[in-house]
Amino acid sequence: MSVEDVRVTVTRIYEDISGQSLEEGDILINTLHAIQDHYGNFIPIEAAEVLKELTGTPLSKIYEVLTFYTMFSTHKRGKYVVRVCKSLPCHVTGGQAVIDALKNILEIGFGETTEDGLFTLEETSCLGLCGVSPVMMINDEAYGNLTPERVSEIIHEIVSRERSE
Amino acid sequence: MPAVENTVLICAGGACISAGEKSVKGVFEETLRKYSLENVVRVVETGCMGACDLGPILVIYPEGVFYQKITPENASRIVEEHILKGRVVEDLLYVGDMGDLRERPQEELPFFTEQVRIATRNLGVIDPLSIDEYIARDGYFALHKVLFEIGTDDVIEILKKSELKGRGGAGFPTWMKWDFTKKAEGETKYVICNADEGDPGAFMDRAVLEGDPHSIVEAMTIAARVIGAQKGFVYVRAEYPLAIERLTHAMKMAREYGFLGENILGTDFSFDLEIRIGAGAFVCGEETALINSIEGKRGIPRVKPPFPANRGLWQKPTLLSNVETYANIPPIITNGGEWFSKFGVEGSRGTKVFALAGNVKNTGLVEVPMGITLRKLIFEIGGGVPGGKKLKAIQTGGPSGGCIPLELIDTPITYDNMKKLGTIIGSGGMIVMDEDSCMVDVAKYFLEFTVEESCGQCTPCRDGTRRMLEILERITSGEGTMEDLHLLKDLGENIMATSLCGLGQTAPQPVISTMRYFWDEYEAHVKEGRCFAKKCKSLTRVVISKEKCVGCTACSRVCPVEAISGSVRTPHEIDPEICTRCGSCLAVCRFGAISKVSP
Repeated sequence: MSVEDVRVTVTRIYEDISGQSLEEGDILINTLHAIQDHYGNFIPIEAAEVLKELTGTPLSKIYEVLTFYTMFSTHKRGKYVVRVCKSLPCHVTGGQAVIDALKNILEIGFGETTEDGLFTLEETSCLGLCGVSPVMMINDEAYGNLTPERVSEIIHEIVSRERSE
Repeated sequence: MPAVENTVLICAGGACISAGEKSVKGVFEETLRKYSLENVVRVVETGCMGACDLGPILVIYPEGVFYQKITPENASRIVEEHILKGRVVEDLLYVGDMGDLRERPQEELPFFTEQVRIATRNLGVIDPLSIDEYIARDGYFALHKVLFEIGTDDVIEILKKSELKGRGGAGFPTWMKWDFTKKAEGETKYVICNADEGDPGAFMDRAVLEGDPHSIVEAMTIAARVIGAQKGFVYVRAEYPLAIERLTHAMKMAREYGFLGENILGTDFSFDLEIRIGAGAFVCGEETALINSIEGKRGIPRVKPPFPANRGLWQKPTLLSNVETYANIPPIITNGGEWFSKFGVEGSRGTKVFALAGNVKNTGLVEVPMGITLRKLIFEIGGGVPGGKKLKAIQTGGPSGGCIPLELIDTPITYDNMKKLGTIIGSGGMIVMDEDSCMVDVAKYFLEFTVEESCGQCTPCRDGTRRMLEILERITSGEGTMEDLHLLKDLGENIMATSLCGLGQTAPQPVISTMRYFWDEYEAHVKEGRCFAKKCKSLTRVVISKEKCVGCTACSRVCPVEAISGSVRTPHEIDPEICTRCGSCLAVCRFGAISKVSP
């Protein structure tokens, strides 16, 4: 994607969001979410420059926000971001075995993306689904009562769906 | 159109969805269509019914028969048997401890019958997408009362009498917060709902937003009327997409019905709400960090005072409360302050929603009067520890709280009692741990969390917690000294005294509290290199008993790192250098030949 493409896209997203908002100056995070959704799980670094011009916010402040929040990434991530819960309720109900299974099946560690660009593995803080722990989210979909076997089923289901498309 | 004969409530809380609710509902509705029953059976997706371990759950009315742990495979049988032939599907009923089948556990089990549901009154009862169902359950009555029947000072008086305290963790009297913000000078004021629920093990806010979003819209509108605010924000974690979706819908409906927006219910009062989505930072649950985040900045806490009541969002007076606190407001206003304060005990009035998680039989959400004992909550309502294991400790208050040992389980849960035990009620998460949990490991776990989530602004929290974690890592890997234990305690007390915000001031709490009650475990790690729970990998080995092993090879086939050797029908052996102590082999051995040992 060229710098010009990013400029056009980010400008459109920004204008769209500022049109819906009641307040000015608080829309940076919402805009970043929308940009990330648009590009599929990451924010091209060039977007910061465009936002600087659009909002008048210093570049340093934009980088600050972009890098502070764990959900924003400036690196391209997989089509499916697997976010496995590392909190205590999951830990005491077999969470480590689930994490090990994910690493084994995907053959990647935390923060890494599979070679085919399908999956990125991340850890997350509590997902609030402790009643069915251990849990993970794949993009916006949550999966509970996980076991290493169930993890393997879920991942293989996605892989075979992707292959058939 | 024929009259509806059955109403089917399907729990569409986050936990049930993640356990497969969507496909169950799909099959169920498809089967209804197959038998042309779609017009006589009404299927409603409700919010969280509370009993997460039983999900997906489906309740059929008018009988109120409760089906649990339904799979897509047997969802069609419920239609074919129950709806079509009027026969209860016995194998999908709740099974009691004595193997007894319960058709209506919601009327019989302590998990349901011991509850007093105020904040969670509509959860699992109404369709969260229907404003009419909310209104039918007295929804927006309180708003009407505040706009037409009573004055804003009366509202403060009601809240004062109710003795409601903030349910997000700090437990500050709600009426005072409202009063301060009401009295604060300024034309522009804001109302904020803190829905950045981040404590591991707490999920009541999620359930309320997903299951009863209108209660938050109504409460915030009332708050705005009382303090004189024109705008409000709900700050929701990005981890809760379903909550965001349902709240957005509720706000839209409320605007259409005239409960939100310009000239609410025909009065000159106008107020509107917006959602702001977090981006994965635990510290944003701290009120001033949350305010910074709404302002589009890095979520770092501000120095207090000034408090948000005087200088909050964009330096304007701001009322900030958490989801559960707001959810209590409409029924308190409708029924009066005394009605609420008759529940609970001195100093801790009303009810509290607790989230039961970890090694407890009945996981999920329960709302009970405050002052209930931990024993009643965990054993009677929660059903105790599964698998015949012994309870070891209950962790409350997340990373700001501590662990309560079995010996203190008869303590009534009040703000004061919890403080005396060195923990807090916090947001109401209760993580139950059995004898397989190592308390040093638990402390280390929370420190890892704090190190990860520290915003980095102040040194005690940023560097101090990191040093604490290093010490804990030494201890759990068998390299700790007694001096380390004292250093750990010292450092913790220092961090608590000198950190800027609540996160840092409470971060060492899980360590201090486990040292207080489980000092012998810390000592055993250091002096004997022994982990009681056999959890710390460096201090534990997995061994195969030569006497018991028959050489079936089940273990060596399942070992992910090929640490097990031995030929068929001869005893196997584990190479401790390769073994990762994952426990896979333990799970598959049918002869009880494999065990974990710690010297």
